[in-house]
Amino acid sequence: MKNFFNKKTITIILGVLITYAVLFGLISANVINSYYKGIITFSLINIILAVSLNLIVGFTGQLCLGHAGFMSIGAYVSALISQKAGMPFVVSIFIGAIVACIFAALIGYPTLKLTGDYFAITTLAFGEIIRIIIMNINVVGGARGFTGIPIKTTFTVAFVFMVISIIVIKNVINSSQGRAMLSVRENEIAAESMGINAFKYKMMAFVIAAFFAGLAGGLYAHYAGYIKPDSFDFNKSIDYLTFVVFGGMGSLSGSVIAATVLTFLPELLRGMGDFRMVIYPLALILLMIFRPEGLLGDKEVSLNIIKNILPDKKSKDRKEA
Amino acid sequence: MEFLQQLINGLALGSVYALLALGYTMVYGIIQLINFAHGEIYMIGAFAGFYSASTLKLPLIPTLLVAMAVSALAGIIIEKVAYKPLRNSPRIALLITAIGVSLFLQNAMRLLVGSNPKPFPDLINAGSINIGSIQIEVKTILMFGVSALLVILLQFIVYKTKVGKAMRASSQDMEAASLMGINVDNTISLTFAIGSALAGIAGVLVAISYPSITPYMGAMPGLKAFVAAVLGGIGSIPGALVGGIAIGLLETFSKAYISTNFSDAIVFAILIIILLIKPAGLLGKKISVKV
Amino acid sequence: MKKTLLSGVLASVMAMTLLIGCGGNTGSSTSGATGDVIKIGAIGPLSGAASTYGISVKEGAQLLEKEVNDAGGINGKKIEFIFEDDQAEPNSAMQAFNKLVDNEKVCAILGPVTSGATLAVAQNATSKQIPMITPTATEPTITKQGGDYMFRGCFVDSFQGEVLGKYASETLKSKTAAVLYNAGSDYSKGIADSFKSKFEAASGTVGEFLTYNDKDTDFKAQLTKIKTLNPDVIVLPDYYNVVGLIAKQAREMGITSQFLGGDGWESEELTKIGGDAVNGALYINHYYSSDQDVAVKTFVDSYKKEYNKEPDAFAALSYDTSKILVKAIEKVGKTDGAAIKDALAGMEMNSVTGNIKFGSDRSAIKSAAIIKVDGDKKVLADKVNP
Repeated sequence: MKNFFNKKTITIILGVLITYAVLFGLISANVINSYYKGIITFSLINIILAVSLNLIVGFTGQLCLGHAGFMSIGAYVSALISQKAGMPFVVSIFIGAIVACIFAALIGYPTLKLTGDYFAITTLAFGEIIRIIIMNINVVGGARGFTGIPIKTTFTVAFVFMVISIIVIKNVINSSQGRAMLSVRENEIAAESMGINAFKYKMMAFVIAAFFAGLAGGLYAHYAGYIKPDSFDFNKSIDYLTFVVFGGMGSLSGSVIAATVLTFLPELLRGMGDFRMVIYPLALILLMIFRPEGLLGDKEVSLNIIKNILPDKKSKDRKEA
Repeated sequence: MEFLQQLINGLALGSVYALLALGYTMVYGIIQLINFAHGEIYMIGAFAGFYSASTLKLPLIPTLLVAMAVSALAGIIIEKVAYKPLRNSPRIALLITAIGVSLFLQNAMRLLVGSNPKPFPDLINAGSINIGSIQIEVKTILMFGVSALLVILLQFIVYKTKVGKAMRASSQDMEAASLMGINVDNTISLTFAIGSALAGIAGVLVAISYPSITPYMGAMPGLKAFVAAVLGGIGSIPGALVGGIAIGLLETFSKAYISTNFSDAIVFAILIIILLIKPAGLLGKKISVKV
Repeated sequence: MKKTLLSGVLASVMAMTLLIGCGGNTGSSTSGATGDVIKIGAIGPLSGAASTYGISVKEGAQLLEKEVNDAGGINGKKIEFIFEDDQAEPNSAMQAFNKLVDNEKVCAILGPVTSGATLAVAQNATSKQIPMITPTATEPTITKQGGDYMFRGCFVDSFQGEVLGKYASETLKSKTAAVLYNAGSDYSKGIADSFKSKFEAASGTVGEFLTYNDKDTDFKAQLTKIKTLNPDVIVLPDYYNVVGLIAKQAREMGITSQFLGGDGWESEELTKIGGDAVNGALYINHYYSSDQDVAVKTFVDSYKKEYNKEPDAFAALSYDTSKILVKAIEKVGKTDGAAIKDALAGMEMNSVTGNIKFGSDRSAIKSAAIIKVDGDKKVLADKVNP
């Protein structure tokens, strides 16, 4: 415990609390109106999706094209439980996330032994299958969509879950399991020969990613109040992949920044809807050709930047010494 | 009787997938890339054919040639601009780029021509042949015939000509091939050109049979044709024909006897099952990965 | 872990603050009126695959806006429709709604255009007390979901199916029917389901009730089954581009049954895609564009003059819906949401798409025109009143 409350942790906790307080204050005072609040909440949900997808794409090196499918499972299950079984909000989104997790385990078990390309196509296929199945289930509205979901995702709720997601995923990455995942990304065969069960760690990453995707889905369902199967199609999976690629595959802070910027950007460019759909894929292509590491590569935004900008006594002394 | 008609229907659908699968298989065979944009090249072929048939009022053969040329050109440009720079990059980058190209082409085309479906003129006005209560359209026979012919032609090119040898060599080991004096870049471009030209032909033939074309028409057929290529054994040319027919039959029978709602899901499920049981497909060869 | 968290959060905050700063300046003054202009919001797909519908709605509304403003506006003030793109996407629709209400401070909203987007924002109309009327979304539960402030200016899918069912059994005297609808389209399914109930209630038999997937182009598997049945009528409740293909394939297979369709058939391109196959088909539309009625003729002429093309049903509905909304605002005299919604509920008007008044569920009670495809022209076969 002594180590936990060191200077760094306190700074972080303070930072998070201050950010939250500032935003919350602005929202309550209606300086930030519903429109912006909506976008901010939506971007918080997208952050969860981006960091979870990054775990499997960026840190474990497995291209997954069906992330929206897990999101939709979480969304629909939690909406069903919330609306029909009347359970409390938090319970229902957790159940949604767990169900998404179970599906990931079922899907991952046979497919994670396939090589990269085939695994990608399989995830795409599963995403489509999930969408088609949901479209045919009348209890959740089918193609009409699921209306009347209680709106429970407030800015606070989304913020809290975002923080939790980032903490958990960062912890996974910094653990020995996380290092195993990184080794699988770098060279699967070498990792195997070092005694790392690649399949086990790919599964772990896949299931954890699906859990958070399901969680985000549940949050989204209770934010929008209405969901339909098309809201979780292949194009959405590509959107989330864009967040990850843009921010840097292997950088959590990159995902956070990219998710935020790329959620606000379409709103700012409202007049250019048609162009956005051309520019995004073009940006993806150019990014892959010229800067495949994305914005932050596999580095994280660190306090060293701020330390270098603000000269303080200690570092000056150190330099002089 | 109805069963036989459904069989014909399945074969007709299957020959479309076969034509597209040929392109996928050729490209994958040589640079191990799943060319996500293949469906879009097919779409470009259809639109090129549309403009040549309705604006320039060209008849069937010139339209086909125009479509082939435009598609081949598109394929070569995409390869040079988007895939070549990434030849030594990790697979994930290549896949993402391919997806990007696919989406870019879809939406750019939509900006160009609008999202209203365009009616394709009927260049083959040949009616159908009736045998008892079974009806076979001449267009269907044509598509099937063209697919079969192209498979034979391609097999000949790949296994009996010098360029074909260059293709096979490059797909085995690119560096060694270039050391042997093969211009690998040109070989790859040629492969793309051929694969794309095939997609272009498919685009026109399909547009004549189902005369409503949109910028998004390539997405689903592209995906299903990929499933067909995998089913038949990716990298194998006859495999593409077999896979295409198989998927066409599967889809038709699913729609007729199981459920139309789930026919797509069934096709995708087949993909997954194949990959799990026999990843090399029906006619493919098992490749072991060297460290 | 800690550095990342803080930095990530800080970066997000910075980004958000910057953008909020940019946006905070675009709020305007009093609700719904800035000086001489009464602002009315409009939401619809202006880009993306469904953009043709959104653009038609925009054109219809802007035509009305011009007419009203040229005649002096309402109560001395000009009206302005402010359009936001939703790309037919529920989430974008919600954000468009928020933007119109919070930033632009509109007094009422026209739209959204598609059922999915409308379902997403319907209840916000009531929670924010902004009267909202969709000109074209036909999903039946929209006004119920939306509450007192959600209105609809057109008839619903179930009405279309019922009209077709009744027409098939009573006027066409059909005994057997087949339905082939789009499983991925709620609209198509809605019409298919209500047709089936009505037709069966009138002692008809629906021998085949089949589906296809969105974006399918080959229907031979299903049509082969339908051919074996040889029904009197085949109901194809989807959009013109798809039904054109289906009709063509059906005729090529030798199927001779009568085709019936919903308002999605309406388009200039129908005969281009369907060719001879759609000749003689009957479908429901909101109005008949060659109707000699003065209101219709004036509208069609001014639309052609302004936009150089024939108006489609979406434009006509948008024109009428905007008109009735503007009349309600005019009647109330001020931009008070509650008053406008009450006025709207009680309004009745005769315009391009016929007589419009609202039922107790705030959906418009309107008549349908049954159009027959005659060569490459369309003629009015019948008019059905609710």
